[in-house]
Amino acid sequence: MSKQIIVPFGPQHPVLPEPIHLDLVLEDERVIEAIPSIGYVHRGLEKLIEKRDYKDYVFIAERICGICSFIHSATYCEAIEEVMKVEVPRRATFLRTIWSECSRMHSHLLWMGCFADSMGYENLFMNSWRIREKILDILERTTGGRVIQGVCRVGGVSRDIQKEELDKISGDLNELIPDLKELTRVFEEDATVQMRTKGIGLLPKDKAWELGAVGPVIRGSGISVDTRLTGYGAYGELDFKPVVKNECDCYARCLVRAEELFTSIDLIQQAIDQIPGGDVKIPVKGNPCGEFFARAEQPRGEVIHYVKANGKKNLVRHRVRTPTLANIAPLVTMLAGCELADVPVIVLTIDPCIGCMER
Amino acid sequence: MKEDEQTIRNITMDELISSVHVFKDEGFRLVQISSAREEDSFQVTYTFDRDLALSHVRLLVPPDAEIPSISKIYLAAFVYENEIADLFGLSFSRIAIDYKGTFIRTSILHPFGMQKPPVVTKKVEDSNE
Repeated sequence: MSKQIIVPFGPQHPVLPEPIHLDLVLEDERVIEAIPSIGYVHRGLEKLIEKRDYKDYVFIAERICGICSFIHSATYCEAIEEVMKVEVPRRATFLRTIWSECSRMHSHLLWMGCFADSMGYENLFMNSWRIREKILDILERTTGGRVIQGVCRVGGVSRDIQKEELDKISGDLNELIPDLKELTRVFEEDATVQMRTKGIGLLPKDKAWELGAVGPVIRGSGISVDTRLTGYGAYGELDFKPVVKNECDCYARCLVRAEELFTSIDLIQQAIDQIPGGDVKIPVKGNPCGEFFARAEQPRGEVIHYVKANGKKNLVRHRVRTPTLANIAPLVTMLAGCELADVPVIVLTIDPCIGCMER
Repeated sequence: MKEDEQTIRNITMDELISSVHVFKDEGFRLVQISSAREEDSFQVTYTFDRDLALSHVRLLVPPDAEIPSISKIYLAAFVYENEIADLFGLSFSRIAIDYKGTFIRTSILHPFGMQKPPVVTKKVEDSNE
């Protein structure tokens, strides 16, 4: 048996946008075990709920993450609305769905760029981010913010989108489809991408379920788990099928995200076609009393927002289980047995969002 | 469509392992473990999912209790148990990967725990200076 050594990976590493540390136990170039350490960017956001009004806290919930920000605020609002038995106007739920899917698209395109960069594929990185700008333009035009939208409120949303703008979004997305097809074709067919991803970072179907994987990680292992199927927001009125791949490797997880771009476009188009008229917000009076576990599908997977309130303006507890936290145990399993050179690619395939995970 | 009314089943610490085994045997996925203060005790809630429906079981534990870890049944539980141990000061016995208080390092020990955080008072200047 070769001598075992421990190689530290992170918290500062060229492929990591945010800090996570892994102690990699190696035998020659092979990883025997990976032990994660987190806690470098813990901000204590959950504790703030004890000091802030539950309505103001929507803006803090949105800042849990700088990428999937909108879905955090929407899920938090949904939890409060469930506790207070508030019926949100249908138009608001459709608008939330449109913005959620735009968030998913820009997050996936951001990830595809970072992933291409981790393989040394600079051109693909630039192309992914060039297309992402178009999605950010839509978000900026309709909300005023590129990554932090700030439009969710308890009881609805603060901004409406007029018919002309909805038509323009629909047209913009149709124009994006050829570019996206070309981009995803490269991820699907390019020899370099296949060489770096196929058969690497295996997470078998049974392990993915047992370890509680979520999002593209579990769907890349052949299991159709997608919280949107529960029908929260306007998803119950829209028709879609989760993207599932059976290869269980980095390639499968990459393709799930690539194909989900088209699912998102389809969902936005359906929402634009079906959006009802009416108000986008109803006034909410009083304070919440009770508890609720709200969940939603973020770009990285299922997120849980738990709120517990006692009738005062400050909540007793707000707890967020982010998808990256759920994907840490599957990551440890994927890394065991891989080559050291594949570690950056495997780590990126869970799309780690550390700021989000540590809150 | 909204999710069904959420019901949380209260169990005792002695029933925890057997209850979790039942979830595992019936093919449930561990979704999360969370904790919250409940007067002088803590609630620890375990959430499982199957067929898009959530099931919750809850323990009510005193601050000094040692909760049996379920990480030998669901490995993923080590993440949540270490987090609760660091933020609430609750202890879990035999966690599969035990970080012993170094998983989430906070400037205030156990910020969600029973003890009140220290209050920093302004230093009184010496009037002679």
